[in-house]
Amino acid sequence: MTADPLSRVFAALADPTRRDMVARLAAGDATVNELAEPYNVTVQAVSKHVKVLADAGLVSRTRDGQRRPVHLEAEVFDLMTKWIERYRREAEDRYRRLDEVLAAMPDETGTTQKGSSS
Amino acid sequence: MTTKTRETQIVVDPEVPLVRIIREFGAPPDKVFRAHTDPELVARWLGPRSLEMRIDRYDCRTGGSYSYRQVTGQDEFGFHGSFHEVRPNELIVQTFTYEGEPDGVALERVIFTDLGDGRTRLTATSLVDSFAARDAFIASGMEVGVREGYERLDEVLAAG
Repeated sequence: MTADPLSRVFAALADPTRRDMVARLAAGDATVNELAEPYNVTVQAVSKHVKVLADAGLVSRTRDGQRRPVHLEAEVFDLMTKWIERYRREAEDRYRRLDEVLAAMPDETGTTQKGSSS
Repeated sequence: MTTKTRETQIVVDPEVPLVRIIREFGAPPDKVFRAHTDPELVARWLGPRSLEMRIDRYDCRTGGSYSYRQVTGQDEFGFHGSFHEVRPNELIVQTFTYEGEPDGVALERVIFTDLGDGRTRLTATSLVDSFAARDAFIASGMEVGVREGYERLDEVLAAG
């Protein structure tokens, strides 16, 4: 595991239960007990998942009286989305250059076999 | 995790360290394939425009290999790899190593799908050996060529 934040976020989201928890938290804060309800797992297991998400910076624990709801850090999510989008843009730019190359290539392609003279 | 638009589509798989790029082209598979195998054509699109592409070797056939450098001023970025399986108009499987990290290697698979009407879908998958490497791979795309890439994109957009 590197200290790279994107790696930690991706690693945290590599688990389907944690992805599901993040999707649920996107709708609003929830306590560990509330998060555990829909899953066939212990509260301790959910606590572990929350810790992984918290270490990745994806969630934080706030204090609300006796409750300690888990809060989704939307900016971290946005950062990851932004990185992927920039990577996508770079690929798109590369393929726009390929579009230009393809447009400049002669049309008759046929079934050219190169190097058949040996 | 999928970012979907009508342009290039990126799939970042959370289960295995891979990135998949999907893009359609208004040219038949044989043309798109040739643009991937003819070094003179490859040089015109593979590298960022701000870097000069110097292809030392590009022998795109099963068992062949390639080596190229991207040059800007004093800086040189070298890349090399082997062509593991090349099937005309269908498939290219190759390895990819950035010489700045010679122990790292990505396994790349490019599939050319004939969509009919002179169109081709390209599906390019890069598989690396760790999530950290995959994420560094994504991050590295931001450092080289991205700023200039945006400028190019702006130009294209401005030109309609």
